Amino acid sequence: MSLLELREETVGYSGTTVLRELELNIEQGERIALVGESGAGKSTLLNLIHTRLGETAALVPQELGLVQALSVFHNVYMGRLHQRSVWRNLRNLLKPAKADVALVVPVLERLRLEDKLFTSVGELSGGQQQRTAVGRALFHPGDILIADEPVSAVDEHQAREILDAITAEKPTVILAMHDRELAIQFADRLIGIRDGKIALDVAASGMTPKDLDDLYRNGDR
Amino acid sequence: MIVRPEPSPLARTTTTFVGIAFICLIFADVAISTVDPWQEFRRLLLGLVTPDFYATDSVVLSIAYTLAFALLGVTLANFMGLFLALLFYSRIVRTGCAVIRAVHELFWALIFLQMFGLSPLTGVLAIAIPYAGIIAKVYAEILEEANPAPLKTIPAGTSRASAFIFVRMPDVWAHFRSYSMYRLECGIRSSAVLGFIGLPTLGFHLETAFKEGQYSEVSALLILFYLVIATMRIWMKRPLMPVYLIGAIVILPWGVAFSFANIVRFLTEDIVPHPLRSGAGMEAFWDWLHMMVVDQAWPGTIATVQLTMIALVATGFLTIVLFPLISPLLLGKASRFFGHMFLVIARSTPEYVLAFILLQLWGPSMLPAIIALTLHNGAIIGHLVGRYTETVSLRQDASTGFNRYFYEVLPRVYRPMLALLFYRWEVIMRETAILGILGIATLGFYVDSAFADLRFDRAMLLIAITALLNIGVDAISRSVRTRLRLQTSLEQQ
Repeated sequence: MSLLELREETVGYSGTTVLRELELNIEQGERIALVGESGAGKSTLLNLIHTRLGETAALVPQELGLVQALSVFHNVYMGRLHQRSVWRNLRNLLKPAKADVALVVPVLERLRLEDKLFTSVGELSGGQQQRTAVGRALFHPGDILIADEPVSAVDEHQAREILDAITAEKPTVILAMHDRELAIQFADRLIGIRDGKIALDVAASGMTPKDLDDLYRNGDR
Repeated sequence: MIVRPEPSPLARTTTTFVGIAFICLIFADVAISTVDPWQEFRRLLLGLVTPDFYATDSVVLSIAYTLAFALLGVTLANFMGLFLALLFYSRIVRTGCAVIRAVHELFWALIFLQMFGLSPLTGVLAIAIPYAGIIAKVYAEILEEANPAPLKTIPAGTSRASAFIFVRMPDVWAHFRSYSMYRLECGIRSSAVLGFIGLPTLGFHLETAFKEGQYSEVSALLILFYLVIATMRIWMKRPLMPVYLIGAIVILPWGVAFSFANIVRFLTEDIVPHPLRSGAGMEAFWDWLHMMVVDQAWPGTIATVQLTMIALVATGFLTIVLFPLISPLLLGKASRFFGHMFLVIARSTPEYVLAFILLQLWGPSMLPAIIALTLHNGAIIGHLVGRYTETVSLRQDASTGFNRYFYEVLPRVYRPMLALLFYRWEVIMRETAILGILGIATLGFYVDSAFADLRFDRAMLLIAITALLNIGVDAISRSVRTRLRLQTSLEQQ
């Protein structure tokens, strides 16, 4: 079943064009990895997809969007703020309710972050912060997860764990990744972007990192 | 294993201060004692919407005087402050500046009134001296924060003056200019308030019109006052500065004579404690001191601290309600326009004027002072915090409405907000003391009574105690800020 159809002449911010001649269909249940050089337009495409999908999609932006002053629990809990009453949210802000803590803990266990439950995010390392942001997206009730470089700050072993958790929890996953090998392993569809255009759109099985070299060769910009 | 949440130091400090304020509030007199406060309030509102700009021909002149005192006072303070900032490495200068800025401009005015009478010198110096102390500290901080690298690149043997003019000044000039503009705005407010003790500025006419119930005239005076402050950035152009300064000197009534003998007597006799002056000996002096502390200084200090703590915490609460009014993260452009309007009016009205108005409506108690201090300071900090949120960017899928306010925005602004509040603590205390002049039993009440009884020795002792209290609060605030690692450059706008 088709989830989203994109047909755009140009996409950009305030006058500058980032993506051109965009034609893209996304099916439910797909695991898509966006690959390409930094600055090619991956983030722009992810933001566009998120805007179109709206509330059903959880987002892990590149800059994470965490509230440093709040604890890991609060930041992860924020994935379901829109589902709860303001009073319950306010109560949880002042004193976390046992029932909600019990819901958040399993998510943190998957990400090996359970010992940081009530640590404020400002005190965490870069990798721990990234896992917190992934936790927030996993806690989001939607079936779709959109993430911009979600494993850039963790080692390879942890990266696999996090990607395992993401793909186990969310049926539809759209990731921007710069690690080609990981992208091929975890995605079933690769979309390569080069110079603001979709230059590659193939099934991931059977691909090797070398096959993606073209995307990273300096083109005529 | 689940680790139970430890309350953060910020939360603990907040709880402590709210607790202290609550205890202070239990013992505070917050009654409304006028017979029909709302009838008077209705008359005031009616007056406010029907301003009468022709009520007295002195309206325009009083605005001109207000501006003249402010311009001369702040200009003088800038020169003295810059000079003192360059000497700020000296402990004596630092202490001296702390002392002169710990005494509120109204107290300075009461002192100078005894020396120079109603001469313009009284108003100009009353603004210039405490402001010089404040400006010296801020300019010294700006100089300290300036990039030190260029100083190392100039040839050895360059004189300090040349190095300063060529290397330091260009770097910090813009900061000095924007801060002196802010000071001028404060100076206009101070100058207006000086009218309450008899100088011919806005406050004088405001008090008269109010006491006579001429609310339409009150309205006209306030509207003109807001207009002057709101348009300051338009009329305050540097090339016009000499014109304004000459104009200010010309219009002020310098003709008022003062006797030199008077000044000498005030400084060498009047302010010396009475028992020492009359040669009654040390024992009598100790009795005098004991009487002053027990009967006046102690109750005055208690009331001052009590009111300060209530106002400080109430200001914090009001700030978290007010800042969303101008925050682009929470409100649309149209609503923010009205938010800005409200905050400009609330922060442009000096707390002294607000307290005076509320006191007329509700009768003497702590309530008018609490509301006035909270409204004015809450609007100032709310404005700064609201502006700060303009620099915060949220993630694309951030929640909306109340959820956004409580989870995304408030936690992000809480720390800078506390920093601003603790910076403001000393200012609130200075203002609290001064509100005593209006009849609330803070230290200012006893100072004012002593001046009224011509007991200048008592007045000076009480002013010295007030200054010590301010310096003490400043020190506590600094240590709290250091402990909580609260830093912000928002204070300097």
